[in-house]
Amino acid sequence: MKGRMQPKQNEAPTRAPTTTVPFYNDPKKRAILFQIATLLMVGLLAFFLISNTLANLEKQSIATGIGFLQKESAFEIGESPIPYSAADTYGRALVVGFLNTLIVSFIGIVITIILGTLIGIARLSSNWLVSRSAAAYIEVLQDIPVLLQLFFWYAFFYNVLPSPRQALNPFMGVFLSNRGLVFAIPEAHPVHKYLVLALAIAGVAIYLMRRWARLRQARTGQPFPVLRVSVALTIGLPLLIWIFGGAPTAMNVPVLKGFNFVGGTNISPEFTALLLGLILYTAAYVAEVVRAGIQSVSKGQTEAAMSLGLRSSLVLNLVVLPQALRVIIPPLTSQMLNLTKNSSLAVAIGYPDFVSVAGTTINQTGQAIEGVALMMIVYLTLSLLTSAFMNWYNKKTALVER
Amino acid sequence: MNAEIERQPEEEIKPPVASVGVIGWIRANLFSSWFNSILTLITLYVLWKTVPPFFRWAVIDSNWFSTAEVCRGSEGACWSIIPANIRFILFGFFPYESQWRPLVAMILLVALLFYSRDRKHWKKSLAYAWVIGLVVMGLLMKGGILGLASVETTQWGGLPLTLMLSVFGLTAAYPLGVILALGRQSKMPAVKTLCIIYIEMIRGVPLITLLFMSSVVFPLFLPEGMTVNVILRAQAAIIMFTAAYIAEVVRGGLQGMSKGQYEAAESMGLNYYQTMRLVILPQALKIVIPPTVSQLISALKDTSLVVIIALYDLLKTTQSVLSDPAWMAFSSEAYIFVALIYFLCCYFMSSYSRRLEKELDTGL
Amino acid sequence: MKLFKTSAVFLALLLIFTASVALAGTLEDVRAKGFIQAGVNGDLFGFGKPDEKGVWRGLDVDTARAIAVAIFNDPNAVKFTPLTAKTRFTALQSGEIDVLTRNCTQTLGRDTALGLDFCQVNYYDGQGFLVPKKLGVKSAKELDGAAVCVLPGTTTELNVADFFRSNGMKMKPVVIENTAELAKAFFAGRCDCLTSDASQLAGTRAVAANPKDYIILPEIISKEPLAPAVRHGDNQWKDIVNYSVLAMINAEELGITSKNVDKMLKSKDPKIKRFLGVTAGNGKALGLDEKFAYNIIKKIGNYGEVFERNVGVNTPLGIERGLNALWTDGGLMYSPPFK
Repeated sequence: MKGRMQPKQNEAPTRAPTTTVPFYNDPKKRAILFQIATLLMVGLLAFFLISNTLANLEKQSIATGIGFLQKESAFEIGESPIPYSAADTYGRALVVGFLNTLIVSFIGIVITIILGTLIGIARLSSNWLVSRSAAAYIEVLQDIPVLLQLFFWYAFFYNVLPSPRQALNPFMGVFLSNRGLVFAIPEAHPVHKYLVLALAIAGVAIYLMRRWARLRQARTGQPFPVLRVSVALTIGLPLLIWIFGGAPTAMNVPVLKGFNFVGGTNISPEFTALLLGLILYTAAYVAEVVRAGIQSVSKGQTEAAMSLGLRSSLVLNLVVLPQALRVIIPPLTSQMLNLTKNSSLAVAIGYPDFVSVAGTTINQTGQAIEGVALMMIVYLTLSLLTSAFMNWYNKKTALVER
Repeated sequence: MNAEIERQPEEEIKPPVASVGVIGWIRANLFSSWFNSILTLITLYVLWKTVPPFFRWAVIDSNWFSTAEVCRGSEGACWSIIPANIRFILFGFFPYESQWRPLVAMILLVALLFYSRDRKHWKKSLAYAWVIGLVVMGLLMKGGILGLASVETTQWGGLPLTLMLSVFGLTAAYPLGVILALGRQSKMPAVKTLCIIYIEMIRGVPLITLLFMSSVVFPLFLPEGMTVNVILRAQAAIIMFTAAYIAEVVRGGLQGMSKGQYEAAESMGLNYYQTMRLVILPQALKIVIPPTVSQLISALKDTSLVVIIALYDLLKTTQSVLSDPAWMAFSSEAYIFVALIYFLCCYFMSSYSRRLEKELDTGL
Repeated sequence: MKLFKTSAVFLALLLIFTASVALAGTLEDVRAKGFIQAGVNGDLFGFGKPDEKGVWRGLDVDTARAIAVAIFNDPNAVKFTPLTAKTRFTALQSGEIDVLTRNCTQTLGRDTALGLDFCQVNYYDGQGFLVPKKLGVKSAKELDGAAVCVLPGTTTELNVADFFRSNGMKMKPVVIENTAELAKAFFAGRCDCLTSDASQLAGTRAVAANPKDYIILPEIISKEPLAPAVRHGDNQWKDIVNYSVLAMINAEELGITSKNVDKMLKSKDPKIKRFLGVTAGNGKALGLDEKFAYNIIKKIGNYGEVFERNVGVNTPLGIERGLNALWTDGGLMYSPPFK
């Protein structure tokens, strides 16, 4: 209805330009008036809400401001990528929550894309059984609320797996129990730092090599075995450093001590259940996106490529996928954002993500407004960053019209 | 050509047995290449490993109307939890003697939905039928007249609450979404900016933060002593949330309209309001019916999040039953039952949406 | 567009009608409404939880019903709002509920900073640990490195962190919002111990497949006086809530039960005559009916009856009176004189 009063520019020419029009009939002035009115209304509403809030806070003597971030949190957090204890501040607790959200979203997104693509391709398989199974998977998992799925997976995890003392031990140094998956990690050693460095160097080298190879192929038509050299670089360079560094083999093996495993690294059931629930749910949507993307490439494209004598892997790589990706990327972005946002449901199954930690903070400090505002800002930032990245990628792969 | 005409019927050679009929179908669809054969075998193995044990648990060894004690001693599924608590799961706190009322209301809703499936029935009378139906449903739920005892909205729970939050959420969000979409397309910078900020902000945050906002922060926004019922606050949050998504759906429809439509309308001397009401919106909204149905599915699934602010929707009533000592051990059964309800609702709508998409596609 | 306009107007009207404005004292508001609104737990067996017919039951629920009886002489003149640990105080502050009977611990911080007033304690509790017997733990001091199941956003979460810190031990909290889910995780062995108020531990233990497999450790690491709360600054309302709870305690002290209360009306004892409103005065002072105490005892029962009905030894919870016995029996329940 806002639009109702919006004028149409081309009403004006029907009138003689010389006649003076009352301001309420002049489209331009009317538009300005209307906008002022809208802004005024929004402003008044905001003023009303803010003044009420301030009065309420005053009356109930609820503390305000972000001073609480410096106070001691006094609660423990189950898992944290950085050192944290109850003696740390609320600020640090929130950072822990934020990092946990990032970790679960990032890993979730990577695996979801892989799994979703596989299911999407399976959906299009000529194998009746495979394509039907994929269709059933997509239909069932899309139609059940993700929260319900999370509850289900979490219950499944602690009901099926044994307690730490009877932990399954499939390989040496790997233990699977209802406390999660514990596995051995290499003992800390100065060489590890250089290993990371070597990996980074290999990455840069591969990037440069790919560019060079592409230019060379464009110039001379000669292909270069990019993939094989890349694999050799990523494995070989760190390996070389490791051997030169004295080849440390000491492992930090988990040992059952007291109630739990000590040492090694632990992946908790909460994290696994959350990850599994998010991946399985979102992969169903991604599969649909991928299927639609592949189907959007007209059959003529495939046939044309084949008639050029390209191998079927090249047809897929050079003709179908680049075109399909353009259709896939935008809906894929929104699915990735959905996954990130849905990770906030962690609160229901006890994974300490940002919403969960912020919720506890709200409870302890009573500062609901600041807490909820923080939650919104964090997710908004994540969403904007993701969509900015995807927009950039989208532009890169967009059709260049000539 | 001639050769074919001359061929005698008795000379017709039947295709080999291996390429038609069941065997042919199996060969073509399951074992067309070595890779496909392996896939088929793997899939069959997985199915064989999972389906029979599940079937055994869910059907053969299961209990249907026993007590919780009998269930504990049994290997199979304990579906008894459902009949024993069905009324609380479905209707929550609705007064026990009056629970036929939400039942009738839901049957009415389902009947209306079924009747509206067919596009032949989309007439003005159907709109009136919906209005009357909704009023009747509201009266049945709320009571207070015709000798029906009055029931507070706070006592609504279970499936009616889930349906109300989603259906009413979408209905109320629709006009708001259309306005937002028009605002986003508007040429007035202030209006456009406000709409973009609203849409992008809501779409950027999870629903759960909005629900937290409605349950913990919103009361502080109101003047002293003024309160809004918690269900309505959650409903408002869902409406605000859905509206932003509807706005994007509608925007897609608006952008799908060719420029000629606008120009034609303008050349007839229609103003903005008339152009939108008579020309653009009727066409644009028709295009976006299928995505709107998907939005309804999302809304239905999203309502389950109100569990986190302790509203007794379908999922929460189920969990409440599961906190009963006797039934605590049978969460899988209860969750599967609830999942089945959600699945049936969503499946019905999504297959309908696909059918509609096809119908509308050929229509345009 | 017409449709939009109608629905917009409809929405606005709906909001106006459903937003209730209350500015007078709570008692007048409640009288005008015809019922009281109480915030309760919703998931806590024995304190606040609906049964399979959706009827609310529990100690906290009966406390709220006693208040309703005191005002309206009708135990059903109360609307229950289930609240989470997060939403409970906001609901009271904003006026959505009139009284919060949701096993809330009275603390100095809450009493002052949250704009609340706590009333007479209706249950004295303390935080303890529940562990599986097969773990072989005899004392909470042996729990170093344990995974601890705990409800988030409660004083419990802080207490347990304090306890482990002050004893130089490490813990790994497993926090789940929902009481039932938390209990299930504990039984499945997700954590080594479950910490909560002792009353809840008894309740949790009672729902185990085999309760004998679990023990409650002897240490009580905190004081948890659970009390109904009202908004700060409405003294008359606070008095009413206070004396509704105290009436049940006083009745037990005087030996009045729901069964013998009618006989007691004929008692010659001036204390009992004043208490039951045979001699007028108490009701008027509170702004209530003179027979409010009689009504509470008749319809709800005395504190002992309420306790035994909801959490006592004959319920699945099987909790002894302990601290919640009358002062004459070595407990803390003590009522000032009703005169």
